[in-house]
Parts: sequence; structure tokens; C-alpha cells
Amino acid sequence: MTFINYAAREINCKIVYYGPGLCGKTTNIQFIFDKTGAGAKGKLISLATESERTLFFDFLPIELGTIRGFRTRFHLYTVPGQVFYDASRKLILKGVDGIVFVADSQEPRMDANVESIRNLKENLAEHGYSFEKVPYVLQLNKRDLPTAVPVPELVSALRMGDEPVFEAVASKGTGVFETLKAVVKGVLVDLKSR
Amino acid sequence: MAVSDLVLLEADHTRFASILDRLRHDANAKVVFLIDKNGQQLATAGDLTGLDPTSLASLTAGNVAATDGLAKLLGEREFSILFHEGEHDNLHINVVAGKAILVVIFDERSSLGLVRLRVKKSTTELGTILDDIVARSQAQRASTVGSFAPFAEITDDDIDALFS
Repeated sequence: MTFINYAAREINCKIVYYGPGLCGKTTNIQFIFDKTGAGAKGKLISLATESERTLFFDFLPIELGTIRGFRTRFHLYTVPGQVFYDASRKLILKGVDGIVFVADSQEPRMDANVESIRNLKENLAEHGYSFEKVPYVLQLNKRDLPTAVPVPELVSALRMGDEPVFEAVASKGTGVFETLKAVVKGVLVDLKSR
Repeated sequence: MAVSDLVLLEADHTRFASILDRLRHDANAKVVFLIDKNGQQLATAGDLTGLDPTSLASLTAGNVAATDGLAKLLGEREFSILFHEGEHDNLHINVVAGKAILVVIFDERSSLGLVRLRVKKSTTELGTILDDIVARSQAQRASTVGSFAPFAEITDDDIDALFS
């Protein structure tokens, strides 16, 4: 649910990074935080366990500049990937404007990727959203690992339609901003087309 | 998308701000916030020095969402009031018309009883305005074919420029 504030001349959108446990959602957001200028970002809030696993969500507000006199502000959230935090994941999807699915390229995590996409669709449906209509980007993360499944195989298993696909190594920042740009574009184009 | 966008006009903001100002004064509170259930800040009153309103809004919304989840598990429709007591500052949070969240930060110069009393009156007034905004947003959406000014005319170049 985009929030257009005419009083403050700003538009606020919510982007959620979704994916299985340890796929690199927080790493994506952390990299964006590290590389964004102080004036264009807020605090990175991480509600995590002592072992740095996301417990509820990570939150990073960023500002990308102005369009037609309106400041564009994006609130980036991650969900906890671990299976048993499903109730929290569902809450965070509420009001979402765009989704990045971060897939873990490693062969042993294929089932977890597939299950997480299925879970995403289910949770979106519970909020009354249609998966096909929400701006959506697929990121294939951890491309540098030796057990990474070839890209065509991942695409064939995980790509749901004609969504943009990006290869990434989030720990080094590869593909992180490309992914963000694509989802931001998707959200703005969606807004324009309404 | 199934949910309408929320469009806040200057006049809405003024109405919110005047209610929040009065509430802050009557409840002897430090700061008063109104945020939507997704964590977007709608209006504030009071001295924000040293506060991070964006983070505060997002965490409050998360807190309320988690509490809503708990309520549903217990078969309750919602827990409409949350209260957090600190050593110096206290946080009173309540849901307004099921759509927004009113946050009152107060210290020893006020009391929970006074805040609750004043919040009650303001909540009704804020709820009426929120209902108006939602009804207007929905009507606008229904009557606008394929465009949502001023974003209907965004070009690819505009979007690319954000990242240049």
C-alpha cells in the first residue's frame, strides 16, 4: 500500500526481501546501508537473535531522490527466513509494494528455495494480494560458492513468470543495487499504471 | 493490489496536527505520533529532538502487528492498547479505527490515567478523519482510470535518474 503524502510532498513504498533462512536477505540490506550516503538513509534496525539470525525483521529506510517534486522514500524490510517464524513473515508482508526473492544458489538449498516461494504465495494470498500482481524480482545469491547450481537450472525451477532475474554475491555487493533498482522500478511503474 | 493506496492531503495533515497538538498539551505529554498500521508516519506533535521518528514508527507498527497476531491466537479481535513503562519515559500505544496507531510518549509530569483519558477523546476524532481519508482514497481510485496523479506521467528516465 503506497502512501502518498501531499503535506510532506513524499511518496513512501514498502519493499520486502523474502527467502529461505541464511540466503542473504540481511546481507543485501546491510550492503545497501553501508553504501548509501548518510543523508539518504535512516538507521538500520535489526531485530535479531544473539547469533544474528533475524528474529522479527530488519528495517532500513532510504531516500532515492525526487520525482515530479515528490521525495521517494523506500522502506526496506527483511523477513526471518527460518521456517518456524511464519507468523512474523506474514505480518511483515502486510502493505507490501514490491518483493525481492533472494534465492540461495547452493544445491542443498534448492528445496528450501522452492518451499519459501510457495510460502510467499500463500502468505500474500492471505493478505488478499495476488502474487502475479505484486512487483517482484528474483535474485540468485551466493553465485561465488562452489556448490552453486547453474543459473539456467535455478531459473527454470524458481522463476515464476517474466520477473527480472539477477545474479548476486550479496556479501561482496555484486548485484545488490541492480536488484534494488529493478524492484524500485517495478513499484514505480506499477504506481504509474494504476 | 487489493488494498487502496493512502493519500494524505495538506488539509488532512492540518486536521491531524491540530488534534495531536491539543492531545499533547492536555495529556501533558512529551511527544505524540500518529502512524499508519504499516509504519508510515502521518503526523506528530511535540519536540522530536533526539528521536528517530522513522524508526519509531516502523518498530511501533511491528509491535502492534505482533500484538494483533497474539490477540488472534487467543481469539480476541485485537488488543487495542499497549503500554510500555520505562525508568523515565513511558509509551502509550493505541489503535485508531483499526487503521492507524496513536503513540504518546510521556514522563513523570503526566500519568497513565490522564493519558488514557485524553487519548480516548482524540481517538474518536482521529478515527473520523481516517474514515474520511480512506473513503476518499477509495472513491478516487474507483473514478481514476489508469492514472494516479502526479505519478501517472512518470517516465523511465525519471526512474533511471533516481539511480544516477
